[in-house]
Amino acid sequence: MQPNDLDRIARQIRLRDLQAVFEAGAGHIGGEMSAIDILTALYFRVLRIWPDQPKHPDRDRFVLSKGHVALALYVTLAKRGFIPEEEVATFLKPHSRLNGHPNCNKVPGVETNTGPLGHGLPVAVGMAKAAKLTGATYRTYVLTGDGEMQEGSNWEAIASGAQFGLDNLTLIIDHNRFQQGASLKDTNNLAPFPAKLEAFGWDVTEINGNAMDEIVPALEKRGSRPHCIVAHTNKGHGISFMQDKVDWHHKVPNAEQYKIAVAELSEAL
Amino acid sequence: MSATHKYDPHRKWEARTPPKPGEGGRTSAMIASLAAEGYETVSAPFGHALVEEAKKNDRVVGLTADLSKYTDLHIFAQAFPERFYQMGMAEQVMISAAAGMAREGFIPFATTYAVFASRRAYDFIAMAIAEEYLPVKIVCALPGLTTGYGPSHQATEDLAIFRGLPNLTIVDPCDAIDVMEAVPAITAHEGPVYMRLPRGKVPSVIREHCPDYKFELGKAKLLRDGKDVLVIASGFMTMRALDAAVELEAQGISAAVLHCPTIKPLDTETILAEAGKGGRLVVTAENHTKVGGLGEAVASTLLTNGVTPTFRMIGLPDQFLDAGALPTLHDRYGISTAAMITQIRGWL
Repeated sequence: MQPNDLDRIARQIRLRDLQAVFEAGAGHIGGEMSAIDILTALYFRVLRIWPDQPKHPDRDRFVLSKGHVALALYVTLAKRGFIPEEEVATFLKPHSRLNGHPNCNKVPGVETNTGPLGHGLPVAVGMAKAAKLTGATYRTYVLTGDGEMQEGSNWEAIASGAQFGLDNLTLIIDHNRFQQGASLKDTNNLAPFPAKLEAFGWDVTEINGNAMDEIVPALEKRGSRPHCIVAHTNKGHGISFMQDKVDWHHKVPNAEQYKIAVAELSEAL
Repeated sequence: MSATHKYDPHRKWEARTPPKPGEGGRTSAMIASLAAEGYETVSAPFGHALVEEAKKNDRVVGLTADLSKYTDLHIFAQAFPERFYQMGMAEQVMISAAAGMAREGFIPFATTYAVFASRRAYDFIAMAIAEEYLPVKIVCALPGLTTGYGPSHQATEDLAIFRGLPNLTIVDPCDAIDVMEAVPAITAHEGPVYMRLPRGKVPSVIREHCPDYKFELGKAKLLRDGKDVLVIASGFMTMRALDAAVELEAQGISAAVLHCPTIKPLDTETILAEAGKGGRLVVTAENHTKVGGLGEAVASTLLTNGVTPTFRMIGLPDQFLDAGALPTLHDRYGISTAAMITQIRGWL
């Protein structure tokens, strides 16, 4: 699958995500839009997966640590064939298995439960370490938010990843520069990330996280140390009035905004 | 509200007089093994039992947060260095990495002190282990008041914290036999377990009183019968209850002892059967704050089932406790054998 095809799929996922947020009246649309290009590259190009066998032992593991963007993962999993596409319409409905944060006991393709931030990377360290112990060849990928890196548990995991020589572990930081309440810069500014990760003994690649021709090679990179991709992204990417606006962390578009957003995302489909 | 440790802006700070040469002696603040109680001891029963289990089961791995020696995991580390992971002082990643390994088919034993697991890593235990029902076994030294080093290391509320967590099995073993028999039992249990750990030289108590005793996960066992009082105990308080029962017998008081090493799920059937016999004072005894531990678990079981004997609780007060020598502290806070006897006699 070529970057152009991936871009098209990412647009379709964005559009379905937007529709589901509008219909459910809830979601985390800003962070979903920033992460969808990365999710698309993972699920449609990079990950070794079998949608009809979600627990295949050789599958690559993907942990969505920024669990509040669960909807983007559900739409991606549906499009890739893990769950029926029409099930996305049940998002947040009573008794739906598509909850506000992903649950691996309910949804095939979800690797771990997340929601409290700072959980995904420490768990992924154990998964990558387990592969070392059994000689398994799967790779473990984790996607965190940039604000999420304020959780100290991530730095325990970063130190452990280097200590254990986990060259089978890739951390992707969705660096969209905004967190729930304000910009990262005005909250607790951990940026710039690269020097910090390098100081802990990780390989670091900086990319435009909304550009397929940069995302794919970075995800496919292999080295002798754990790998961190600092993905510079835009919160609300693809929808002009949402882009880089902190309000759109958790806001739901009204009917007029929805129409504009649908038009923008439909343009290049 | 407790008077101790209350903030007082006008507090005067008074230096304490050091002991004169030849007085005072060595502190026993760090004597945590309860070895000097007149029983034979077993060295590092957890570590040796885990080695035996790991020989049979190659899914068993061990992780610690820089406390292998103080949780007896060093025995396992020496026997299976390739299956032992030193995580450093990082309890959150230790618990989470154990969850990650459990997801991949291993049975991780993660060890630290009870204060650190319960207070520092709780969110990770709840979300990464308990909710997913992963077979991680969290084994923690220094439960309750088993160190004299003060509140930072005294896990007086760990059971209260963990009892509210769905899916988690909680074990509070009494002695070396309990620990050695609990290890294969909790390994075989398919879900997550929190076990309080007596470490180092651990006394072998129960079979001295009750030769046929066997640990069974989820079961309370009547160790001796008696007609005046029924003591329901867990952890080393079962040892205290047995010792107290012997002494009370000499004083003409007949005490039964029900050992309840599994705190959750509680063996309500046995507890209701024993407490429901009538005519006996029922006393719970725990090495834990009286808030949220065995005592309250038994009380709610009795009340909700309409069993209402005269009921009393022995346990630690709702306070941050003092530092000092353990025997002194156990006397002060009412969990020594002597203090137990005094309380029971006062209630009869």
